[in-house]
Amino acid sequence: MMTQLKVQNPDSYLLEMNGISKSFPGVKALDNVHLKVRPHTVHALMGENGAGKSTLMKCLFGIYQHDEGEIIFNNEKIHFRNPRQALDNGVSMVHQELNQVQERSVMENIWLGRFPMKGIVVDRKKMYNDTKKIFDDLSIDIDPNALVGSLSVSQRQMVEIAKAVSSNAKIIVFDEPTSSLTEVEVKHLFRIIDRLRNDGCGIIYISHKLEEILEISDEVTVLRDGKWVYTGSSKDLDIDKLITLIVGRELTNRFPSRKSKPSDEIILRVENLAGEYMPTVVDASFELRKGEILGVAGLMGSRRTETIETLFGLRKRKGGVIKLKGKQIENNNPREAISNGFALLTEERRETGIFPTLDITFNSIIANIDNYTNKFGILNEKKIAEDTKWVIDTLSVKTPGSKTKIQNLSGGNQQKVIMGRWLLTEPTIMLLDEPTRGIDVGAKYDIYELIIECAEKGNAIIFISSEMPELLGISDRIMVMSNGRVAGIVDAKTTTQEELLRLASKYL
Amino acid sequence: MKSKSIKDILTNNAIYIVLLLLFVTIIIIDPSFLSLKNAGFILSQSATRMIFACAIAGPIVLGGTDLSAGRLIGLSGLITASLLQAPDYIARVFPNLPQLPIWLPIILAMLICALFSLIHGYLVAKLKVAPFIASLGMQLVVYGLMSVYFDAVSDSAPIGVLDARFTGFAQNGITIFGFRFQFIILYAVIIVALVWFIWNKTKLGKNMFAIGGNIEAATVSGVNIVVNMLAIYVLAGLLYGFGGALEVARTGSATNALGQGYELDAIASCVVGGVSMRGGIGTIKGIITGVLLFQVISYGLVYIQVNPYLVYFIKGLIILIAVVIDTKKYIKKK
Repeated sequence: MMTQLKVQNPDSYLLEMNGISKSFPGVKALDNVHLKVRPHTVHALMGENGAGKSTLMKCLFGIYQHDEGEIIFNNEKIHFRNPRQALDNGVSMVHQELNQVQERSVMENIWLGRFPMKGIVVDRKKMYNDTKKIFDDLSIDIDPNALVGSLSVSQRQMVEIAKAVSSNAKIIVFDEPTSSLTEVEVKHLFRIIDRLRNDGCGIIYISHKLEEILEISDEVTVLRDGKWVYTGSSKDLDIDKLITLIVGRELTNRFPSRKSKPSDEIILRVENLAGEYMPTVVDASFELRKGEILGVAGLMGSRRTETIETLFGLRKRKGGVIKLKGKQIENNNPREAISNGFALLTEERRETGIFPTLDITFNSIIANIDNYTNKFGILNEKKIAEDTKWVIDTLSVKTPGSKTKIQNLSGGNQQKVIMGRWLLTEPTIMLLDEPTRGIDVGAKYDIYELIIECAEKGNAIIFISSEMPELLGISDRIMVMSNGRVAGIVDAKTTTQEELLRLASKYL
Repeated sequence: MKSKSIKDILTNNAIYIVLLLLFVTIIIIDPSFLSLKNAGFILSQSATRMIFACAIAGPIVLGGTDLSAGRLIGLSGLITASLLQAPDYIARVFPNLPQLPIWLPIILAMLICALFSLIHGYLVAKLKVAPFIASLGMQLVVYGLMSVYFDAVSDSAPIGVLDARFTGFAQNGITIFGFRFQFIILYAVIIVALVWFIWNKTKLGKNMFAIGGNIEAATVSGVNIVVNMLAIYVLAGLLYGFGGALEVARTGSATNALGQGYELDAIASCVVGGVSMRGGIGTIKGIITGVLLFQVISYGLVYIQVNPYLVYFIKGLIILIAVVIDTKKYIKKK
């Protein structure tokens, strides 16, 4: 951990948010919350989804106006009207969802809205040099003239960081910055964050990844249900303490235990699966047993998503054989896959999972709609209501009611509804693509329980995850993919993170 | 569940407030506007518009639009008018045609419209053409064909003097205390009920909202995108056809100009009624409210003798307000 803090006056804060309260109609989202960030520190902001982290940040950036409390920045009371004003004053944010203009160059994205001018034309040379200088300072190796759309997620994130630095930001907020980064990329990100910390910035770091928080942060503030719970040095914390603070109850195990073992009966056999359009799966052969959880590990670009989407018929298959219970099947499109008993929980919940403007009922039953219709296509509303209630109750979805639009739920609850959607189809093979991404600790545990319960009932599960601990924690075997190929399948009980990483880079 | 601030209530209902103000203004200027007779007129005039709005709302909820609607309505009007002229009228366009049962030309016109909409749907669903441009192309194609037909059968003279059974089909009715209830209103109610049923009680309706709400998620959930989109477009075509026949039976004559711009009125009513141009959002209740309010204001403004050009201006303004509100709601949800 970085400990050489160059703080002249350790009691001075760069940013103080004191007694912030914010109410929305019917709900108090923030209740007297404090957040105090010192210069030269990384301050982790933690809490379950819905704890109030985003709302607090939105108050800081002027997206919401807080009802009570004050914000003091650089010893001055401030009240930003919008994120632009915040940026101009040195408060900036690196978003979880990158809002960038894909078709424009890196440097144009960085200086957007404040291009250096030479008379009435944009001074591209100065823009290039300024960008290059920031990149060199941060040891970022990206061509300022490259199109943002051609960059990888981690490179695009670096561009966002450079943008924050370019505006001389003193406070930089990182919102789940590592959720789509590989371990190597995370290391690079942490070096950059170190650098910013040494330069005197105050970093607010929002993440659900506990190991990461303990590694990078100096101080931690925890929120729960819109209230301030804890602020202290991260040296005094370990994972268990942190979980207890966040969840408010003891979580003795991070992963639920398995009662039964998978049977020897092979339910799905995939031979030499290959997709048509690049980037895609090149060659994957594996088998899946009844009641088994097959974890899938791999680096970014290992095409794990492409593999299961090809299996599900969402992407065109070029070759390979799929055998379900010994019988060859085609799965030419998702409809066919669903009728063969497959279910696919996609990686991008917002893009391909939820119907944001539609209610919980609709979102629960849509994949199973054939089971509610008679031969004239007329719906059985009673059965729909029953099944929706089942989803809400069984998966303990926190919602005011079944008529609530799904976009008004937290990420974890949205994910539960989508899990429920697929459970209603009574699948035999569940393909889960990063099912716990962006979900808080408590909800994660619920999802693990659900996955294990499904396996114990005799379903077979393919479980893609980029988080090693959960992969090792709940899988029976782990298939490692590398560059579109299966690099190896190992026993989750006996393997190590080192072995997985070695396999993951086998075909690079 | 949640109490809303007064400001929210005002913004969300701004369109109704504006329309209410206009309504009150009309009544103040001429109190005789409030009569059962006028109510009957407005309902009769709204009848076909309700059908058109319910029809076009399908493609809109799917996330598209349909600029060819007006021309298809006109095409249906031309076909039914030319095949259903009074048998004792000498200058019939088809002098040798025997008197047909009125349902036959209506069904024929509906099927022809459905065919065009099917092609339109295929362009959008299968060939992934942007709905705006696909329907613009269809609009010209249909207009060209109907004009050629019009020119060929009647030398571009209006086709009038229709079979009394046909005009009676729409115009007959009963009068109670000066309130004229034409049967055309009844047909509109039946169609509205039918579309409401499809939207709310059938798999097709759910799939339509799924596609409009998030087409990617709909694909993953196993919705057959192409088949369901085609079904919605065909339904729209059938309704344009039926509504077009009713429209010509109501007005009594047809030219190739029939239906021009009807799609814009229909789209406007949908937008005023809260159907989102982004797809996935809309209710039949809203659409019917939109049609009625629009019709009351249009008729009312003419009734108090506002300059017709100014009426266009006011209608345009109403649409803009409705769209701004729709967009504002969307932005807030993000």
